[in-house]
Amino acid sequence: MMYPQSRVGTVVRRLGQALPVLFGVILATFVLTRALPGDPAAFFAGPAADEKSIAEIRKALGLDRPLPEQFLVYLRDLSRGELGTSISTGQPVSEELIRRLPASLELTFLALLISMIIAVPLGILAAINPGKLIDHICRILTTAGVSLPTFFTGLGLVFIFYYILGWAPAPLGRLDFAYLPPPHVTGFYLIDGAFAAEWDTVYAALSQLMLPCVTLALFTLAPIARMTRASMIQVLSSDFIRTARAAGLTNYTVLIKYAFRNALLPLVTTLGMVFSFTLGANVLVEKVFAWPGIGSYAVEALVVADYAAVQGFVLSMAIIFLILNLIIDILYTFIDPRIELGN
Amino acid sequence: MTVIINSKPAIKEVVADLESRSASETTGSSRIAHSIRKQGSYIWYILSSNSVSLIAFTLFILLVLLAILGPLIVPYNPLATSAVDALKSPSWSHWFGTDQLGRDVLSRVIIATRLDLLISVTAVAISFVFGSLIGAVAGYFGGWFDKVSGRFIDTIMAFPLFVLAMGIVAALGNTVENIVYATAIINLPFYARVARAEVNIRRDAGFVHAAKLSGNSDFRVLAFHIYPNTLPPMMVQASLNMGWAILNAAGLSFIGLGVRPPTAEWGIMVAEGANFIVSGEWWLAFFPGIALMLAVFTFNLLGDCLRDIVDPRQRT
Amino acid sequence: MDRRKFIKTAGMTALGASVLPFLKFSSATAAPSGSAVVVIGQTINSLDIHRKGTNRPSYQIAVNCYDRLLSFGTKKMDDGSLSYDYSKLEADLAESWETTADGKSIIFKLRENAVFSDGSPVTANDVKWSLDRAVSLGGFPAVQMKAGSLIKPEQFVVINEKTFQIDLIRPSKLTLPDLAVPVPMIINSKVAKANSTTDDPWATEYLHRNPAGSGAYKVARWDPGQQLVYERNDKWTSGSLPGVKRVVVREVPSGATRRALIERGDVDISFGVSDKDARELSGRDDLSVVSTPIENCIYCLCPNLSFTPFKDKLVRQAVAFALPYEEIFKLAAYGQGVPMWGASDNSPKDTSWPQPFPYANNIEKAQELLSRTDYKKGFEVPLSINLGLSSWMEPTALLIQEGLAKIGIKATIEKIPGANWRTAALVEKKLPLHLENFGGWLNYPDYYFFWAYIKGHLFNSSNYDNPEVKQLVDETLHMEINDPVYSDKVKRLIKIAFDDVPRIPLWQPTLNSVMSQDLSGYEYWFHRQLDARKYNKGKG
Repeated sequence: MMYPQSRVGTVVRRLGQALPVLFGVILATFVLTRALPGDPAAFFAGPAADEKSIAEIRKALGLDRPLPEQFLVYLRDLSRGELGTSISTGQPVSEELIRRLPASLELTFLALLISMIIAVPLGILAAINPGKLIDHICRILTTAGVSLPTFFTGLGLVFIFYYILGWAPAPLGRLDFAYLPPPHVTGFYLIDGAFAAEWDTVYAALSQLMLPCVTLALFTLAPIARMTRASMIQVLSSDFIRTARAAGLTNYTVLIKYAFRNALLPLVTTLGMVFSFTLGANVLVEKVFAWPGIGSYAVEALVVADYAAVQGFVLSMAIIFLILNLIIDILYTFIDPRIELGN
Repeated sequence: MTVIINSKPAIKEVVADLESRSASETTGSSRIAHSIRKQGSYIWYILSSNSVSLIAFTLFILLVLLAILGPLIVPYNPLATSAVDALKSPSWSHWFGTDQLGRDVLSRVIIATRLDLLISVTAVAISFVFGSLIGAVAGYFGGWFDKVSGRFIDTIMAFPLFVLAMGIVAALGNTVENIVYATAIINLPFYARVARAEVNIRRDAGFVHAAKLSGNSDFRVLAFHIYPNTLPPMMVQASLNMGWAILNAAGLSFIGLGVRPPTAEWGIMVAEGANFIVSGEWWLAFFPGIALMLAVFTFNLLGDCLRDIVDPRQRT
Repeated sequence: MDRRKFIKTAGMTALGASVLPFLKFSSATAAPSGSAVVVIGQTINSLDIHRKGTNRPSYQIAVNCYDRLLSFGTKKMDDGSLSYDYSKLEADLAESWETTADGKSIIFKLRENAVFSDGSPVTANDVKWSLDRAVSLGGFPAVQMKAGSLIKPEQFVVINEKTFQIDLIRPSKLTLPDLAVPVPMIINSKVAKANSTTDDPWATEYLHRNPAGSGAYKVARWDPGQQLVYERNDKWTSGSLPGVKRVVVREVPSGATRRALIERGDVDISFGVSDKDARELSGRDDLSVVSTPIENCIYCLCPNLSFTPFKDKLVRQAVAFALPYEEIFKLAAYGQGVPMWGASDNSPKDTSWPQPFPYANNIEKAQELLSRTDYKKGFEVPLSINLGLSSWMEPTALLIQEGLAKIGIKATIEKIPGANWRTAALVEKKLPLHLENFGGWLNYPDYYFFWAYIKGHLFNSSNYDNPEVKQLVDETLHMEINDPVYSDKVKRLIKIAFDDVPRIPLWQPTLNSVMSQDLSGYEYWFHRQLDARKYNKGKG
């Protein structure tokens, strides 16, 4: 792969590449939503509505116009920053997304953190002892984690830790009834709670987070552990490590300072991918834990052919994905010594 | 999921790996045949020396046998309902218990093997063929096709993938074919990217120049000299991918977009059974879940073994 | 430094965090005292029932936060549970009402002390504004008002501050009960007008988020997609103050999770549980399960007459004889509900509705009937079910599929997403064979027939067309039930439905809710939504 010489260059080039992708996403989403079988006008008209009132609503929603025209109207609204109003929740899409995104992000970040704390050491251990018992254990554990559908793991955990043992709090979303959300700063309850020094709330939010986080973490163990193992093995077999060992550096120094640092590069990429994937895969976990995130929002919207909501969701996810890739590219320049830091 | 997640590093991995090997690669069918023979003995070496690989291959053969012989060995008709036998826990007459309509869970788990393998193999095959084709052409010729296909692939990847799959199935209808298409589409980018990287790196290799100088057209060079070399690393990913295809179908079932009832399919059985866990009928989701897990597990292990075979360096 | 303190000061390392929260949590303190926690499976999408796109669970706001002119009484069911009483109209915001001598108007006297939650009095102007709004905004509210022959603002007349008159376009037995359904709620017009704009004269945007009523509760907090918190309106005048100060309605989409919550005692009531959960939890000491048959509602199989084979009455009857009713009732309804098959007589004995039809599982009879038609060898037909209702529709469809296979009819099951269902089944009426669950709010058989048996009407998804039925419905719909000819005409309607079977009834479903023994005052209403007004916590 080619890397430009300056970081600003990277950003500009990536942004340039992102624009056609963004347009592609907007167009594809538009076509996809229009292909959905549901009739939003009929849904919007509600029970007991007749053909006449449905036609009226279709007109009011602008759905009677030809598709290209609808697309232009949609583009115009987008350029004004309007994402429209969801017909199923009756709320502006942008408001909903802003409210729900932190819930999903908080869940995803924490899950990835847990996952990394377990998977990275596991991967390193497996890489140091390839073919040994620890390698097999690592392989079996991570593969088992990724072999089960997340909703199955989620319901299983609810059953064991909440229903049978009673250790986990009721799976009722982000906070128990007893607590009010902390004053809104970031939308992340853990962080907002800490800002407001409401430690009880932080604690309550954390306990609500645990089961869904573990569910997601189990699912993300495999790719992270696998990639750590693979890239560590590759690095460990390379010449400079042999040189370092030959030079008499301690095992620890070789492993962490030289090998791991070099193995980080593919790991960061993997993390980025896992992150964006997990954010999308939240869909199922959020449903089990009544989590008010964007995933469950998207599912509901899709099922009722709620155009504005689906489009808004996909668009925001695509933007997150593009930003994430940009960040990863920039991170590369920090991690990879071969990439110059600008002229 | 593995596919998507691993794609970027996998490219790097593969690229690095190719750089070291391309020197030794030559062209010509006799050499390929030779390498296949060599690989054959190597596969046996791997199998006999690695118990995990042996387990993986045994499980794989078991799955294939179940898929083929399923209808012959099921104890009950997997579709026959029975009001008296509804929701019975596992017993001698029903090893895996019965579901809410009194259907035998064991029979349904066995009979589902064929469909699930079919879904995963077809989905992966489609994305493999089309993905690698797009990638190979883009990598070899570059130019506008490379740019357009690159943006196209980026666009797919910028979608939240599961939601994209949902959207496709919801839009086209929840039939087995559409589930397969949806899974294939969201897997496509990986194959395209790997194929592009692999072809691109060999485009200027010595053996390619040699082939061109000896009068081969661009198409022949690409199809017979470069493309075959890209297959092994993609095969690895394909096997990892198959497990995920089944999980994807399961996820779709959970939100009601799975295969049409009364068809037995692991994903939909787990998805529907999951709602019975809390009320104590654990066997409904557990056994198909185990079958699903076993299949995904088998494919993942198989992928690891294939990787070992293709890339000996990873074994150290 | 002890372990917990360490963890806290260390900013909660993830590993500690993954273990610790389980240790300290106590669910008993979860809900503040004086409050009740309810879980529902669906989501509330608006606080205004008149708004376009407002879904069914949102109707509860109209019930809990608003009053109407009239209401229904309460009766005790055989099992000791409470139900609204359709036969007893009661005063709500109106203290009395009478029909004028010429029978062309009804005059309502509003209660002197009636006030909205902001303390301002309820006046006839508010009533007029509210009813005008209900008939003017179109969509479902207008359709429901029309059922009570309330169609235009000119019908609603303010006599003075506390006197209100409705001019009737025709005398109808449906008018008064239709004033007691959730739709004609009385809105504080002063507040609403203050928040209206020229584009939005009916303040739909404002009332969508801010209820302005005189009802038993106010909305203290609404987090769409998560929860709604009711707080008691201490100024409520239409009944004795609710025993529960705060009602928290949490939306939990997963049925399994809802069941775990009520079983663990973390919520006070799980509203609208599945038949299976109701059946299985009914034996428990710490929970009480209330299952009330839903009035005027039947789950039925509808053969569509626009599908050629079903044009033949004998084919429809053959289908009706081929269904495994017992199994369906046992496996799909878990025995919850009232069987709608197996009547011994081909004619109805009385006008009770719904009542069992004279069909039962009888394959020989079905084969014999089919053999007299052009479809002796059977045919293929798609059997459509609503994805959103698959919990009962899917097992039912599978059993129907099996039953039909026995007489050579090959049915393939099509799952249709909820959003498309309405269009396909009810608006376009194009599904050849499908399951249907219509129930009428106003509890008269002729009202059911009006919606479900007349060509072109919304719930007649079978495209059934019979001039005699049309005429009988026209005659009976507005007729008082004590009219001497009413009974015979309704019996004739039912007899035709028996014979023609454009809708094949399976069973009358129940509305099930599970609650802790602690909670009392649960009451069944025809609208099938949460009514917290009589809830009380603590024994007695």
